[in-house]
Amino acid sequence: MDPILENSITLERMLALYEANRQVLSADDTPILSGIRENAFISLGKLRFPDTKMEAWRHTDLKESLGRGYDYYLHPTKETDIQKVFRCNIPHLDTAIIGQLNGWYVSKDVPLMELGNGIIMGSLAEAKKKYPALIEKYYGQAAHDTEEVFTALNTAFEQDGVFIYVPAGVKSPKPVQMINVIQHPENIFLQSRNLIVVGDDAQLSLVHCDDSYNHQGSFSNIVTEVFLGRNAYLDHYKLQNINNNSTLISSIYFKIESAANLESHYLSLNGGLLRNNIRALFNGPHGNANLYGLYLMDRKQHIDNHVVVDHASPECTSNEIFKGILDENARGVFNGHVLVRRNAAKTDARQTNKNILLTDNARINSEPFLEIYHDDVKCSHGSTTGQLDTEAMFYLRQRGISEESARMLLMFAFADEVVAKIAIPQLRQRIEDMVKKRLQGELRICEQCVLHCSTPEKPLEFRVDVSKI
Amino acid sequence: MEPDSDKIIDQVTRQDYKYGFVTDIETEFAPRGLTEDTIRYISSRKNEPEFLLEFRLKAFRRWLTMKQPTWAHLTIDPINFQDIIYYASPKKKKEVAGLDQVDPELLATFNKLGISLEEQKKLAGVAVDAVMDSVSVKTTFSETLSKYGIIFCSFSEAVLKHPDLVRQYMGSVVPYTDNYFAALNSAVFSDGSFCYIPKGVRCPMGLSTYFRINAANTGQFERTLIIADEGAYVSYMEGCTAPQRDENQLHAAIVEIIAMKDAEVKYSTVQNWYPGNKEGRGGIYNFVTKRGICKGSNSKISWTQVETGSAITWKYPGCILLGDNSVGEFYSVAVTNNHQQADTGSKMQHLGKNTHSTIISKGISAGKSNNSYRGLVRISKNAINSRNYSQCDSLLLGSSCGAHTFPYIQVENKSSIVEHEATTSKISEDQLFYCQQRGIDAESAIGLIVNGYAKEVLKQLPLEFAVEAQKLLSVSLEGSVG
Repeated sequence: MDPILENSITLERMLALYEANRQVLSADDTPILSGIRENAFISLGKLRFPDTKMEAWRHTDLKESLGRGYDYYLHPTKETDIQKVFRCNIPHLDTAIIGQLNGWYVSKDVPLMELGNGIIMGSLAEAKKKYPALIEKYYGQAAHDTEEVFTALNTAFEQDGVFIYVPAGVKSPKPVQMINVIQHPENIFLQSRNLIVVGDDAQLSLVHCDDSYNHQGSFSNIVTEVFLGRNAYLDHYKLQNINNNSTLISSIYFKIESAANLESHYLSLNGGLLRNNIRALFNGPHGNANLYGLYLMDRKQHIDNHVVVDHASPECTSNEIFKGILDENARGVFNGHVLVRRNAAKTDARQTNKNILLTDNARINSEPFLEIYHDDVKCSHGSTTGQLDTEAMFYLRQRGISEESARMLLMFAFADEVVAKIAIPQLRQRIEDMVKKRLQGELRICEQCVLHCSTPEKPLEFRVDVSKI
Repeated sequence: MEPDSDKIIDQVTRQDYKYGFVTDIETEFAPRGLTEDTIRYISSRKNEPEFLLEFRLKAFRRWLTMKQPTWAHLTIDPINFQDIIYYASPKKKKEVAGLDQVDPELLATFNKLGISLEEQKKLAGVAVDAVMDSVSVKTTFSETLSKYGIIFCSFSEAVLKHPDLVRQYMGSVVPYTDNYFAALNSAVFSDGSFCYIPKGVRCPMGLSTYFRINAANTGQFERTLIIADEGAYVSYMEGCTAPQRDENQLHAAIVEIIAMKDAEVKYSTVQNWYPGNKEGRGGIYNFVTKRGICKGSNSKISWTQVETGSAITWKYPGCILLGDNSVGEFYSVAVTNNHQQADTGSKMQHLGKNTHSTIISKGISAGKSNNSYRGLVRISKNAINSRNYSQCDSLLLGSSCGAHTFPYIQVENKSSIVEHEATTSKISEDQLFYCQQRGIDAESAIGLIVNGYAKEVLKQLPLEFAVEAQKLLSVSLEGSVG
């Protein structure tokens, strides 16, 4: 089938597309979901696409990204050879793998996996049909921000994505890996929507990757809603490794109930323009959220992490550590916003952003904000930008380590503060290897999924048996 | 904390603003409202040369196209710019030659404020330029200073006597296009201070300007221009008060500092405009643009401010570090109480090589106030080996106030180092307990702790100001710990 749009993305075009395809878009919706979609469309009409005059987009210019021509489809793109696309991952049967191709859930023969312990994983579109009550309970409850144009756009247009449900008290036996692969012969615009529910006292490890398999440009607008029930635990990893012609707007909304624990990692290794909108809301007391970010950018790559931690409940703790190394003409933006509301007594919030610039053409904008309306809190933030520690460098050189190796070692150590937080040992090992390769400049995007194999003929040699992940 | 200290807080914060009196001085006003005619009126009243009128009109036309900024963390009631009197001056009968000829009412006013011109002249050895409403009423010590070639006079006088200097430097640091309030000021500014320190001269005494809004319904728009030529040094102080009135009054000033090679300017402010009453009625809107440029190499500009007054404060004293090895400093204590709002901080723009800047900001919020630090540090590509250190601490007293930190950091080269850190906390109960245990009552203990907290900044103030500032701090805050 043909794409319904073969042009640059403008709000007018999208609004018109919506009007013309209302029926197709809401085919799987219940009336309530359809209402949410319609509301998003209405707010979309009042918004405009970001420009650099908007405070939240001051350092990230989307003009070029949006201005390229993209194909947009209202149905899954042709799956040429799924086996080939997910070749690297299929053998790892130990990980529950959820595949997405251009935002659409793959393997339609099993659209929804229902594991014996009550865990449900699969296509969101299918889940809407099969578990309407469950979806209605959560869908749109965390990402109800009508001011965010890309969230509204996604809500109006989303047709598929991933749904994961871990019922109360259940511990997911193995990590779940969501892999969204972008592969299309033309530039493609995609919007997918994920809904992840971790019930009361439940536990889940989730690895979420965005990969591109070729050099074609793409524009991804992905919204993920995550609900953590009372005392729930989520260990979340977001790996971003797409080609330099691709733009990724990833908005992730966490709603954290009382005493729940969130560990969330953002590892941005490659990408033309990456924007992470991370929102964590404490909806009950005693919650804890640790957010870690690592970005290694070079060439003209652009990374923008916008993190809002909303302490709406008392006695919650949050800790953000975002570190980045920027090489060549890369640009990095960190905007952290900790909001401590009037009732949030005994909040403990920390925010750290550290950057290393390797060239005079790299640039960083660091904006760690604190907005505090309660006195009984402990809040701090720190931001540093500089180079490698000269004393440490001297120490290493003095011991006969070459400048090159010493630099590498120090950069690796810098990144390790974030990498060391990865709780899955095999994944940590793999990321360590990737960081090393990235720092050595070996990890340039190739024809194949860089996460798994550097060239199709010569698979990457990892010291650890990846199949055990 | 214990209810006792809440009570003390209440009592102390109820202390009235002691500078809220009105002096009965004959004043002449410009007609209410703002049109090109108002500007022509102001200009002609002051016998200004043509270039200045042109400048004002250009600024005014630009202002008409601008919108009041809304990005600050402030709630500002709409300002009716047509309801303000843009020019008010104490009626002068003739040129004043000596202090004895100054209107006795005026002198009494300044004596009441604790800035006896006479006393200052004799004892403190500080040259004062006093600005009442819109007009500079008296500059002391001009003659002594002129021996060194220092020019210290009212802005209007400088326009007439040193038009070249004014023309060359006015608007060179804060152009009229800079922002909404800078454009407004450039259009309607009435007076202010002017200071020129010639090459190699170390100004033998502190220079000081004292601003006073007296008349009702007026806005105050003064403009200060300080030029320190090569190797010069000057320490400049600024103070301000206003009567207690129910309506909000607008104060939109501009301060420009130019430091040439090896020059150093130290600018200290104790800002104590009327902050409004306990319910947040009245008070001054203090929207000020202050900026200095380190034009030559090895020059230094240092801003120190103690902000206790004003209903709303919106000001970001900054430095453009253009010369190589130049240094910019910003030390601030901002106190807000009751319904006061402050959005203040600094802008450090590093353009030259090896430039250094330091920002130390201490925010203290009490009552229902909101206190924000907002600062920019920008290291441009050419500013290699530059260094910035920022520290922004907030102290919250009571649970209905807010303290916010909004730093903006931009680094564009690999050899510079920027560090920023901030903490937010309340007065520790341990410290309070420790003091009280040693027989210091809660109120004094709080004063002690707050003064200790702000000490890093207060010690930067010139002696004449340090005492006043410390007293101000305790008055503004006593008992506001809850």
